[in-house]
Order: sequence, then C-alpha cells, then structure tokens
Amino acid sequence: MVKIFILLKKDFLLELRQQHTFFGILLYVASTIFVLYLAMGQPDSAVYNGLFWMIQLFVCVNAVAKSFLQESKGRMLYFFSISSPVHFIIAKLIYNAILMLLMVLLSLILFRILLGNPVNNSFQFIGITCLGGLSLSLVFTLMAAIAAKAQQSAAIMAILGFPLIIPQLLLLIRLSKSSMGEVFRAGALMQISLLLIGLDLLVVVLAIVLFPFLWKD
Amino acid sequence: MKFKWWKLLCIFFLLLTFTAGFLIKIPIIGNLHQTARNFFFHIPMWFGQMGLLSLSLGFSIAYLRTENLKYDIYASELAKTGIIFGILGLITGSIWAKYTWGEFWSNDPKQIAAAIAVLIYLAYIVLRGSMTDMDKKARISAVYNIFAYFIYIPLIMILPRLVQSLHPGGMEGAKGGGNPALGGNNLDATMEMVFWPAVFGWLLLGIWISSLKIRLYMLANKNLINE
Repeated sequence: MVKIFILLKKDFLLELRQQHTFFGILLYVASTIFVLYLAMGQPDSAVYNGLFWMIQLFVCVNAVAKSFLQESKGRMLYFFSISSPVHFIIAKLIYNAILMLLMVLLSLILFRILLGNPVNNSFQFIGITCLGGLSLSLVFTLMAAIAAKAQQSAAIMAILGFPLIIPQLLLLIRLSKSSMGEVFRAGALMQISLLLIGLDLLVVVLAIVLFPFLWKD
Repeated sequence: MKFKWWKLLCIFFLLLTFTAGFLIKIPIIGNLHQTARNFFFHIPMWFGQMGLLSLSLGFSIAYLRTENLKYDIYASELAKTGIIFGILGLITGSIWAKYTWGEFWSNDPKQIAAAIAVLIYLAYIVLRGSMTDMDKKARISAVYNIFAYFIYIPLIMILPRLVQSLHPGGMEGAKGGGNPALGGNNLDATMEMVFWPAVFGWLLLGIWISSLKIRLYMLANKNLINE
C-alpha cells in the first residue's frame, strides 16, 4: 500500500515538475473544443453527446499515452529493480484515472461554456462523465503499456484501443442520453451503470493479472 | 497419409449440411420462406468463431505459463481462422438480411457488435505484425489476446441483450429473449437434426484449417522452434 502511494507520489511530482506535458493536454482539450465551437456553434443534444464522448476518447488517448511513453528504458529498468509490477500498474491505473477525471471535468466545463447546455439533469451527467473518464482511462492504461512495449507508441495504441473501447463508449453515449431528456425503461439506467462498473472491475483485474507478463524483458 | 477420425466426421457433417440442408422440408415462418436454410450456414459461423477464439485464448494462456513458442503459433493461427469465420458470418448475415430486412447493412446493433469483434481481432494481427522479436511478439500479443477476449465476450453476449434489434433473440421479454442470437426454443425438430451436425462440422473445419496452417508454419520455421 505504501509502495503504491510512493509510486503515485512520484507520478504527481513528475507532473508538477514537467508542467509542459500537463498544460499541453489542457491546451489540446481547450483548442479542440474551441474549434468545435467555431465550427458548429451550439449543436442539439444528439450531436453534443456524440461530440463530447469523441473528444473524451481523443483526450484520453493523448493523456494516458504519455504516462508510459515518458518513462525511458533506463528508468523502467530502475522501477523493475525496486518495485513489483503489481504495485507499479496499480499506481499507474490510479494516476491515470485521476488525470482523466480532471480532464473530463474540465472539458465538461468548457463544453458548457462554449457549446451550450442541452443537459437537463446536471448531477446525473457529471456522474456519468466521471464513470466514463474512469472507464476510458483504465482500458487505455493497459493499451499504453502494450503500445510502449511494442515501441510503435501512439499509432498502435489507437489501433488496439479503439475497437476495444467501442462497447463501453456506446454504453456511455446511451447512458448520457438519459440526462438529456430521453426516458428509459425502469431499471435500465441502473443496469447499464452496473454493467459499466462491472466492465471496469474486469479491466482492473485483467490489468493486474496481465501486466507482470508485459513487464519482464 | 494419416487420417484422423474427426476429419472424417467433419467431412460427413458438412456433406450432410450441404445435402440435407438444401433438401429437407423446412417450416415456412413469416417472411423467412426458404432463406431459413441459411440457418445451417450463418449461425454455425458464430459458433465456429466462438470456439476458435476460445481455443486461441487457451493457447495464449498456455504460452504465458510455459513460454513455449509453439503455443503462440497455435493461438495466432486459430485467431486468424476465427477472423475468417467472423467475416463469413457477417457476409452470410448480410445476405440473409437483404432478403428478410430489406438491406444488406441496416446498422443493427448485432451487425455492429459482430463487426467490432472482427476489428478487435484484426488489431491483434496488426500488433503481431508490428514487432520482429519472436519472444516479445509472442508475449505481448498473448497479453492482448487475453484482454481482447474478455472484452469480446461482453460485447457479443451482454450488450445485445440491452438493446432493441431486428435480429432474433435479445432483450428479455422479446421473442426468444435470453439468448443473444438464437430465437429460443422454436427450432423445428427436423431442422435441429441438420443444425447441430452443421455447427460441429464447421467448427471442425475451422480447427482443420488452423491445424494445416500451424503445420505449414512449423515446417517453414523448423529451425526457430525447438520441440
């Protein structure tokens, strides 16, 4: 537990010291949404919903990709000698989840300012976006680990991750329609949310089980 | 030439499928008419794909446990045959859809899920192609294969139950609800006599194709793999 915390602290310290990466992503989010605003003005709810999740997908690829790609080969070797792979992946999962939650909430605010607000039930939508950010970051953390090992970084990560994320993304888009006024069958909302949480748990367990095999070289 | 019993069984089952499948009397249900015979070709493709990909998963786990390159080749060839079955399943499904739903592709949730499943495994092939070191390729692609399988199962087993679809089976309470693809227990007895042999026939054919490809690969790379 302490080890996970130390690894987590190291990731945050690194983030604070090399601020250009963090602000790079922030600028990426802001400029994409600004371009969208210039291109579309204030779209209706279906378009808004689709755009929102697509932007989250691309933000996630960029934000999570660097968490593994920034580690040089020598540094990975150092981590290998001082910590266990399970601690390392758990720390990365938590770090990426926090980073992605931050990004999701920031882009939600930007969307609200620039692209209007077709959302009826704000609290519900914030909950859904948090769940979505979590789901996206967990899947892409493992994909980034695989891509970092395959040494083809960003391109291979998109190829691997996009088909895998589609089921969760479709569920999220469907779920967000509920907070934009669509009426669901009783219990369906809970069912989809639980399914997403179940998928997240599955991804975490798989990441913990599979990462030790990626780790050794 | 060695001839194994299951290869004979495969030939027999497929002969049965291609003769009896076209000749037996089938019940005419709604607008299906004679297209219901596609039952013996379309659905076994998905059984075949599931079977082949599950075997592939098994060999990937075996590879990670033993680090024997042989298992990696098994896993990759089985996955490739699985992709071919998936594409054939999509094609037979689209042709069937053309004559019953009116369009080759109507963005039905089940068509989309099946297409995504094929994409996931195509990504597996791309990942394998991106690395040259054999051990590294084997290990990383085994990890991806296992991860992909556990996303693939919810994709085709759970998601279709949540949404409305033209395809039989699916939502609870709908006709044949409960099973994501089949229309429940309304299969005619005579059709069932051809259907199950067809399922096993196609599955065995898939295993046969993969085993030939595995043997070819083993011969071509004899010096790399130590038995």
